[in-house]
Amino acid sequence: MIMGDRYGAPGRKGWLLIFVAALFLFVMLVLPLVLVASEALGRGWQTYVRALTDPFAVKALYLTLEATISAVVLNTLFGLASAWLLTKYDFRGKTLLAALIDLPFAISPVVAGLFFVTLFGRIGPLYPFLQAHHIAVLFAVPGIILATIFVTFPFITRELMPVMEQQGRSEEEAAATFGATGWQIFRRVTWPNIRWALLYGVILCTARAMGEFGAVSVVSGHIRGKTTTLPLHIEMLYNEYDFTAAFAVASVLVLMAIVILVLRNIVEWRAKGGLDHVD
Amino acid sequence: MSIEVELKHVEKHYGTFYASRDVSFAAEKGRLIGLLGPSGSGKTTILRMIAGLEQPDSGDICIGGRRVNELPPGQRGIGFVFQNYALFRHSTVRDNVGFGLEVQGVPRARIKEKVDELLELVGLQDFAQRYPMQLSGGQRQRVAFARALAPEPELLLLDEPFAAIDAKVRKELRGWLRRAIHQLGITSLFVTHDQEEAVEVADDIIIVHQGHIEQAGTPVEIYQQPHTPFVAKFIGESVHVADYTIFKGFPAPEQEADQSHEAILRPEFLELGADRSEMRLPLGSEKGIVRGVYFRGDSAEVDVEVKGVLLKCRRSLEKRPLHEGDEAYVFIHRICSFAGGRAVVRENAAKQPNSVII
Repeated sequence: MIMGDRYGAPGRKGWLLIFVAALFLFVMLVLPLVLVASEALGRGWQTYVRALTDPFAVKALYLTLEATISAVVLNTLFGLASAWLLTKYDFRGKTLLAALIDLPFAISPVVAGLFFVTLFGRIGPLYPFLQAHHIAVLFAVPGIILATIFVTFPFITRELMPVMEQQGRSEEEAAATFGATGWQIFRRVTWPNIRWALLYGVILCTARAMGEFGAVSVVSGHIRGKTTTLPLHIEMLYNEYDFTAAFAVASVLVLMAIVILVLRNIVEWRAKGGLDHVD
Repeated sequence: MSIEVELKHVEKHYGTFYASRDVSFAAEKGRLIGLLGPSGSGKTTILRMIAGLEQPDSGDICIGGRRVNELPPGQRGIGFVFQNYALFRHSTVRDNVGFGLEVQGVPRARIKEKVDELLELVGLQDFAQRYPMQLSGGQRQRVAFARALAPEPELLLLDEPFAAIDAKVRKELRGWLRRAIHQLGITSLFVTHDQEEAVEVADDIIIVHQGHIEQAGTPVEIYQQPHTPFVAKFIGESVHVADYTIFKGFPAPEQEADQSHEAILRPEFLELGADRSEMRLPLGSEKGIVRGVYFRGDSAEVDVEVKGVLLKCRRSLEKRPLHEGDEAYVFIHRICSFAGGRAVVRENAAKQPNSVII
């Protein structure tokens, strides 16, 4: 019992540990947030508003939202399907599939971006086909969406799997013995059991999709106003020594992140509260 | 009596593991049947194949005279009570019980009527708006039972129905379930690894071992006429004896194929007396030494060493108590021998009317 003489009441060592943790958090998290805000507002509100209403910044915001929404919607469908498959059925190669789903967690986003370049770029096998049909993937919006989907796709599956695993198959089997259809089983039995985990996964996926930089940077081509998302736009401003504008736009991302954190906590709290009759 | 459910040469394996080997049995309408076996013996697999939750590799499964192998679970006319009940945790008791009727598209008013009727049957009228997690184990089991019965199945399947309930409530529920099932007259099959439970609840017992059916019969038959060495050893509190011919009244059979004289002895085969005067057939009794006495609540378990074999006997608490080291007399009424790979019950020769021993 390192914390002191009684459980729950930190002793001297306990306070020391708490202090170290708090200091670390302050230096690593709070201070940067404060600095972002102060830098962004350093030249007054007008400069701040101007940086945000800049047409390129607005475009970048829309593109970020577009990529995020597409990734979240598609990954929700994919996550539900794959988690369902991996927890409710037994088949050959199941472990391999589960491992493949984790691939985006394991490899660097930049490498993921390069995958798409080799697949859709001039050297890629799909290039002649895309060229013939005038489809632009690389250095265009589809490439950005694809890269975002790739990087974020394990989130929802990984949030759903433990919940579905723990709940087992017997409730679904019970519903099946009554002749319920697949859709009825999903709506009446599976859905109420997984909805909070799914929402949690969606929130994590959203946060990750909004902030994605590496993979998107490789496939985007940095065409200002066309293929820049918010993180890319910030980087470009920063590289042009336009620090105030960079921090102003960054503050938008920070604000979105805080909103998501709050949402996440509400969901977590609701998930526990909603399960009151369960535990 | 007509046959309600029948399995013919059903086989099922997972990889190299045989879950079912040539399983065949038939159950008559209205009977309450217990599938009894040690864990991992394949009894749940049999139940799940009947329900359609697993597919057999070969063989036929018939319910109510029709082959159901290709039918999905919902069309087999079965109700299934899962081991952990598998109640829908986000639905109230009422919605759980009404689920089967709801997916069939039964009108709401009719569902309400039927659910009320079933909740009354299981004594949970006041719990209709509760959620499963707000109920005790015994109450959950009754909800699962009511839910399985709601669509009026022809056959009720119960997987270890009492496993998740504490000992005291289990006793009550066994009696309750037996009465409820007989009152409804629904053919029922339940899986258990607890022989006491099987004997108490079932009309017929089917003993399963390593995916194979060892014996089917009434509890009395299973106890008194075990067909295979496994059944003899599995049922009751058996003591294994390497050579039964050492005991009085059990000469070696005249014609015998093999020289094995292995047998088992159970407490109910033995009569225990503190002295000769307590014995009905004192001459045929064996003398032994008490090696241990254990209080069993309703009786005492007395371990008596006879000719180097420790026999487990029962003694009424009304009789003069025995103590460790005391002399005691044991009369062996019968043994169950394993000659030729079959279990054969042999009676003590001293009990024959023309016996030469007396």
